[in-house]
Amino acid sequence: MIRLDNVTKVFPGAAAPAVDRVTMEVPEGEICVLLGPSGCGKTTTMKMVNRLVEPSSGKIFIGDKDTNDYNPVELRRSLGYVIQQIGLFPNKTIEDNICIVPDILGWDRTKSRARAEELLEMVALDPKIFLKRYPKELSGGQQQRIGVLRAIAADPPVLLMDEPFGAIDPINRAIIQDEFLKMQAKMKKTIMFVSHDIDEAVKMADRIAIFNEGRLVQYDTPNNILAHPKNRFVSDFVGSDRTLKRLQLLKVSDAMMHDPPSVRTEDTLATAASLMEEHGHNSIIMVNATGRVRGFVALTNAAGKKGKVGENHETLPTTINVTEDLRTAVSTMFRHDVTWLACVDDDRIFKGYVTLRGITHLLGEAHRDG
Amino acid sequence: MAEHAAAAGLYRLWRNGLLVLIFALGAWAWASGLLPTMIDLWDDIVYLARQHIMLVIISDGLAVLVGVPLGVALTRPALRRYGDIVLQVLNIGATIPTLAILALSMSLLGIGDTPAIFGLFVLTLLPIVSNTLAGIRAVPPHLIEAAHGMGMSTRQILLKVELPNAMFVIYAGIRTALAINVGTVPLAFLIGGGGLGELIFSGIALNEFGMMLAGAIPTALLAILVDFLMGQMQLWTIPRGVNPLR
Repeated sequence: MIRLDNVTKVFPGAAAPAVDRVTMEVPEGEICVLLGPSGCGKTTTMKMVNRLVEPSSGKIFIGDKDTNDYNPVELRRSLGYVIQQIGLFPNKTIEDNICIVPDILGWDRTKSRARAEELLEMVALDPKIFLKRYPKELSGGQQQRIGVLRAIAADPPVLLMDEPFGAIDPINRAIIQDEFLKMQAKMKKTIMFVSHDIDEAVKMADRIAIFNEGRLVQYDTPNNILAHPKNRFVSDFVGSDRTLKRLQLLKVSDAMMHDPPSVRTEDTLATAASLMEEHGHNSIIMVNATGRVRGFVALTNAAGKKGKVGENHETLPTTINVTEDLRTAVSTMFRHDVTWLACVDDDRIFKGYVTLRGITHLLGEAHRDG
Repeated sequence: MAEHAAAAGLYRLWRNGLLVLIFALGAWAWASGLLPTMIDLWDDIVYLARQHIMLVIISDGLAVLVGVPLGVALTRPALRRYGDIVLQVLNIGATIPTLAILALSMSLLGIGDTPAIFGLFVLTLLPIVSNTLAGIRAVPPHLIEAAHGMGMSTRQILLKVELPNAMFVIYAGIRTALAINVGTVPLAFLIGGGGLGELIFSGIALNEFGMMLAGAIPTALLAILVDFLMGQMQLWTIPRGVNPLR
């Protein structure tokens, strides 16, 4: 846990404080993204946590301990630190770069080198190839992976990341972000992450802290920030398409109609028609004996007709997994020119369906609540 | 393949040409009486060359021992603002002609090894200090920031980040200093410092061509050898990651 209590920083000679009475808490195991335009105080705030910048007033706690009770050098050794320019040491091999903090802390060499190997495997870089290489022999994306590994080598509970993926091309950035989120799901570090990119923040953050002119303007979950921006500054900063951005925060399962009606192949069309009328639907999903989606029957094809469902169904253009986000769902609907999708789990068992109207309703709901 | 064969042919041509040239030079040296003179003077050459090398090692060693720490000190926060001033002073020092420096040094310290070593030391100091300063200043600030952020102490940053990354430039300074030094040592004879200059200047004074060359040729060979050795050291002792030669 990182807790800031009324922290202020005034640089000598500056008229206004760079950071102005900021109070916030990053809960254990969460990623907090500090977001804002350049010069808003987000980086200064982060650097006060590891005392690269000393606060003018206020207190900062890591866990229960005041950072002022540490020796600054020892404090920094206990916190992981990643910067945008990566800062791998060109005179050291990848192995030695990863082991910098373990080496300073005086770990046994066998232990630290084994740790380096294990970390490289985590990001799918072959230790046999990479351990003995020098930073200049790696691509930018590979270098930043090493930069992250170096920060977590001594397994610090807290990570500070200063625009870590800012200098990487968009394709590699997305890959590294995903990779990092997967690692974080296992590591459960408490992370303070500086960014100026709202999309990155929405993707990475458990909580977003929006800064402007040294003040913490809003501190909330990405969904709440997008749904209920506190003021004009926040809504301008998150963008006029903020509602669309929320789509990637919500899962198909959030907007899905659960326990939907369905018919079996051997049911009659009359059964199908009456089920549809009962639920007010104009089509119904057909599943096989194990519950897998096989197709659908439209009301116009079933009403007043005789026969089995299995002989009169149509095939579905596509289905969607319940774990996908709504952005993918909406995109899939547009691509196939449909207004609803059948949702399935990993075994392709029918779970429910999402409709465009249901999604619209879900997005609107949050706004009405506010 | 054709390229390879052509390169091999070119190499053979070079080698044979070189052998012919060496033979011709040898024949000329013998005929002109240079080689017999050199053989006559062999004991002197060895003795003076040893003296020559000692002068280089002592003066340059001192310059490294003083210059590198001075350069490092001038990049520390407390002294950083004096860096440019000191560099200017050394630059002005370097514009003073070599002979004048030796003369001044003699007027200060008298005749013998000491003024010679001091004069050579002053001459070699500039490239060493300025390269140390430039090398450390050129270490990217984000490396220092990363080092600080990971909890390295100022001392660790100097030893593990700044110096290794500046090493190539510092070596280049020492290499330049050595080249200047080896070439200047013959002048040390003028203030009683000994070295191969003794043969060169005596040869000129006595109008003995052979004796002069007996001093000049070993001096030239020594300069080439020292530069070669420095180059090899630069190549092999600096880690691959920061060594543009590897």
